[in-house]
Amino acid sequence: MSGLLSPELLANIGKTELPRTEVVTRRDIRKYAIATDQRQRKYLDGDEAPPLFHVALFWDVVERDELTPDGVSIDKLLPKFPLERAMAGGLNIRYHDKIRAGDTLIGTRTLTDIYEKEGRSGPLIFYEVVLEVVRDDATAVITQTTTRILR
Amino acid sequence: MSGAIPAEIQVGEELPGRAHTPDNVALFMYNAALWNPHRIHFDLPYATEVEGYPGLVIAGPLMGDWLGECVDEWITDRAMLVMLEYSNRQAAFIGETLSAGGVVEAIDTGTGEVSLDLYIKNEAGEVITPGKAIVRFDE
Repeated sequence: MSGLLSPELLANIGKTELPRTEVVTRRDIRKYAIATDQRQRKYLDGDEAPPLFHVALFWDVVERDELTPDGVSIDKLLPKFPLERAMAGGLNIRYHDKIRAGDTLIGTRTLTDIYEKEGRSGPLIFYEVVLEVVRDDATAVITQTTTRILR
Repeated sequence: MSGAIPAEIQVGEELPGRAHTPDNVALFMYNAALWNPHRIHFDLPYATEVEGYPGLVIAGPLMGDWLGECVDEWITDRAMLVMLEYSNRQAAFIGETLSAGGVVEAIDTGTGEVSLDLYIKNEAGEVITPGKAIVRFDE
């Protein structure tokens, strides 16, 4: 362990963003279904959302001055890490209910973990962000855990 | 509760799978649907000259969509997708043909859950995005 993670940095574990409310429209589902090459009518007609539709629905929408020159928005939930080069990322999605046109969904992101591991070519920092998606009647819809690695 | 897994489903069964050859239009539509302006997906001079990639980078989460579709088209309306996970290990570029597929890894008749091992392979046969899924057959 090379001690890259200071107590101040680790104090960010548990940090949560303000919940975001988004309305699911048939038009958005249709666009997503076509863009992802779906073949089932329920998706192409916009009745039901394909399994990763929430990724688009909760993708950050930021103003122009918050984009870096390469077109990436800065994730304000994250602290400044001592390693910055992003490696592979992974997603784990638990489905509790389907998403349909007309749903009002509330998404809340929490930084749930930061840890360090020794890789083959040096130290690696891992962090995990959990996105909880619920319907406006509080029904659970999706729990998504994103893990990213920095080197 | 006992599950209702159809008898024809056996460990080792291969999912039908599907090959995708996304072009610029497909990649544009995907990033527009996300509202993702990351240059590596649409600005070829930037992707090649500044970032040093051999071409426009196919968005990583799109591979997740193809894995989801692979499971979804296999279960149709027979079962519920309970869990999907994947990890983008290697980049892919416009012009490549990528194949989504999977195999039945485990069957739990008690819970009605079937575990699947999933992959996206490139033309060289390398797994660039491994994944897993759990589907549940309810009575």
